[in-house]
Amino acid sequence: MENRAIFSGKALACLLVLPQLAISLIFFYWPAAQAVWQSFLVQDAFGLSTEFVWFENYVNLLQTPEYYQAIGTTFVFSLLVVFFSLAIGLLLAVMANQNIRGVQIYRTFLIIPYAVAPAVASVLFIFMFQPGLGMIARALQRNGIDWNPVLNGTHAMILIVIVSVWNQISYNFLFFLAGLQSIPKSVIEAAAIDGARPMRRFWTIIFPLLSPTTFFLIVVNITYAFFNTLGIIDTATEGGPNGSTATLVYKVFLDGKAGSDLGGSAAQSVILMIIVVLLTAIQFRYVEKKVHY
Amino acid sequence: MTFRHFGTAAATAVTLAFAASPASAVTEIQWWHAMTGPNNDVVVKLANDFNASQSDYKIVPSFKGSYADTLNAGIAAFRAGNAPGIMQVFEVGTATMMAAKGAIKPVFELMKEQGESFDPKSYLPAITGYYSTAKGDMLSFPFNSSSMVMWVNLDALKKAGIDAPPKTWPEVFADAKKLHANSPTCGFSSSWVTWGFIEQFSAWHNQPIGTKANGLDGFDTVLEFNTPLETKLLENLVELQKDKSYDYSGRTNTGEGRFTSGECGLYMTSSAFYPNVKANAKFNYTAVPMPYFPDVKGAPQNSIIGGASLWVMGGKSKEEYKGIAKFFTFLSDTDRQVHLHEVSGYLPITKAAYEKTKASGFYEKNPILEVPLKELTNKEPTENSRGLRFGGMVQMRDVWSEEIEAALAGKKSAKEALDTAVSRGNQMLRQFERTASK
Repeated sequence: MENRAIFSGKALACLLVLPQLAISLIFFYWPAAQAVWQSFLVQDAFGLSTEFVWFENYVNLLQTPEYYQAIGTTFVFSLLVVFFSLAIGLLLAVMANQNIRGVQIYRTFLIIPYAVAPAVASVLFIFMFQPGLGMIARALQRNGIDWNPVLNGTHAMILIVIVSVWNQISYNFLFFLAGLQSIPKSVIEAAAIDGARPMRRFWTIIFPLLSPTTFFLIVVNITYAFFNTLGIIDTATEGGPNGSTATLVYKVFLDGKAGSDLGGSAAQSVILMIIVVLLTAIQFRYVEKKVHY
Repeated sequence: MTFRHFGTAAATAVTLAFAASPASAVTEIQWWHAMTGPNNDVVVKLANDFNASQSDYKIVPSFKGSYADTLNAGIAAFRAGNAPGIMQVFEVGTATMMAAKGAIKPVFELMKEQGESFDPKSYLPAITGYYSTAKGDMLSFPFNSSSMVMWVNLDALKKAGIDAPPKTWPEVFADAKKLHANSPTCGFSSSWVTWGFIEQFSAWHNQPIGTKANGLDGFDTVLEFNTPLETKLLENLVELQKDKSYDYSGRTNTGEGRFTSGECGLYMTSSAFYPNVKANAKFNYTAVPMPYFPDVKGAPQNSIIGGASLWVMGGKSKEEYKGIAKFFTFLSDTDRQVHLHEVSGYLPITKAAYEKTKASGFYEKNPILEVPLKELTNKEPTENSRGLRFGGMVQMRDVWSEEIEAALAGKKSAKEALDTAVSRGNQMLRQFERTASK
């Protein structure tokens, strides 16, 4: 086989890669470079006066206690969201992978939440969980639980975790289901004949064979929890009470938008970018080794 | 059709379109705003009425989302060299706008240049003061203004054995406890927590929020509202929060439904809540002036406004400025102001409009609508009650709210929370002072 027979020179190959390169450059590298540049500036909202300050924005940032609080909040929040959305997604996928009546209907319904925009999902849950308004909030209060996400940081955190998990389950469900269906039936049947019970079959055969899917989903879900939950947090809690649900990405948004502090906000996005790059690198370097393809 | 023919046809079509359209003579003026629901209809109707009243200018209103969204859209558009002619900006965005010299055109300057008759004295000082320089030059044009009032559920009061709505804070605290006995989740609550408990509270008691006349006299202002009086208010609220005699309802007005549903018998929020109460409250209600501490000398002083004003953006053509000036004259018309006040519940901005509404007997039928006006005009505004102008105020309110929340949740003492609110706020003020173009 001679591949070079097809691409006689490098010119055509470059030409074919060009659109993808252009997209990456214009939509990823250029904005990222702009963020880095902006993070060295102090500027007023309208961009009328600009001062180059080197690392001052970073130094200021690392001196604010609220920033460290946001880092902690982000990790707690992401861990909870990733764990629960994966666990529930997997559970549902295993259930829906059985031969039961109306399985197509279940599957379709389980995918629907993914079509709901994060902000809308938040509003739906506010209708249920807002004290004095929501049914669930009232039920909790009637049963002696002082449910109050407006003032209690833990309650607010629970609320945004529930919404974020609910919004993401469908996605995980879909991938787990596809993963389950690609596991050869013969392997499972062989184990069954050998006398392995369902639980044992799951943990020793199915779960390890699913690991590529699980690994992929962990990476995607962490990115989701870090970035895409912005709409949910903004609608449900606005980062409150007392900053207890302000994640890193929400702080970037808040300081840039409400505070018109573009330099500080840019510095935060650069740090956030570094954190996510590191996290992903660690995952690919260490966790991926445990994955069986 | 060959390409050549197509080209000719297209050229003809373009020529025809230009010839046929009268738009070439009309100057279009973009007006970006943040009004939803019935108030959006008011904006559209104003634009339509103005456009119908003359044929040289056309006001084109477009809705840009929340107040913060509209401000950000305007800032982004300015940075891209594409700002609208008129932009509606909420009161806390005032410092950001006025610091942006070159990006904006002060209203007093515009009116003078365009030779429109314009007497700043004909406007209500409690309203225009917020949007004027220390010398009294009007920077932006007040559009929708309101103030804070105490909404009262008269039926709930009666049931709790309270004869009259509370006038002072000690009465509010006592009434909240009595109301709480019948409604275990809430006696008294409030919206816009920093606007009510810090900004209005300070003005109403003639106490400074910051130095330099609350920032009106310069960006080198320093916050100083962590006073014993402010601490006393917050300490009382923290105490009441423990059993929900006072129950916090969030930073914005999302909790207002707790009043109309009957859950909270006393509720402090904007006077602009009126149409909502009228439509939804199934009980006897009224609105009374904000409470005060009777042991504070001179209290109550006067309240300050909330709402938004119209800013004229810089770098526009002469024709556009002419049109905007004419539009502002159109808006100031007494009958138009009276009508706007009566349909929207927002306050009239001219003295003549207030007098005319009063003379027509409107307030005898709608006494609630006069409460905020009485508050605003209660006394001649002082340094402490003309308004406030702090850079980064949009986010500052969030920071102050965070600290109040920390106190109410029992994580910090009232004094600690207020001290932190002041020091964090001062940091933001210094940052703003540095970037504000001089």
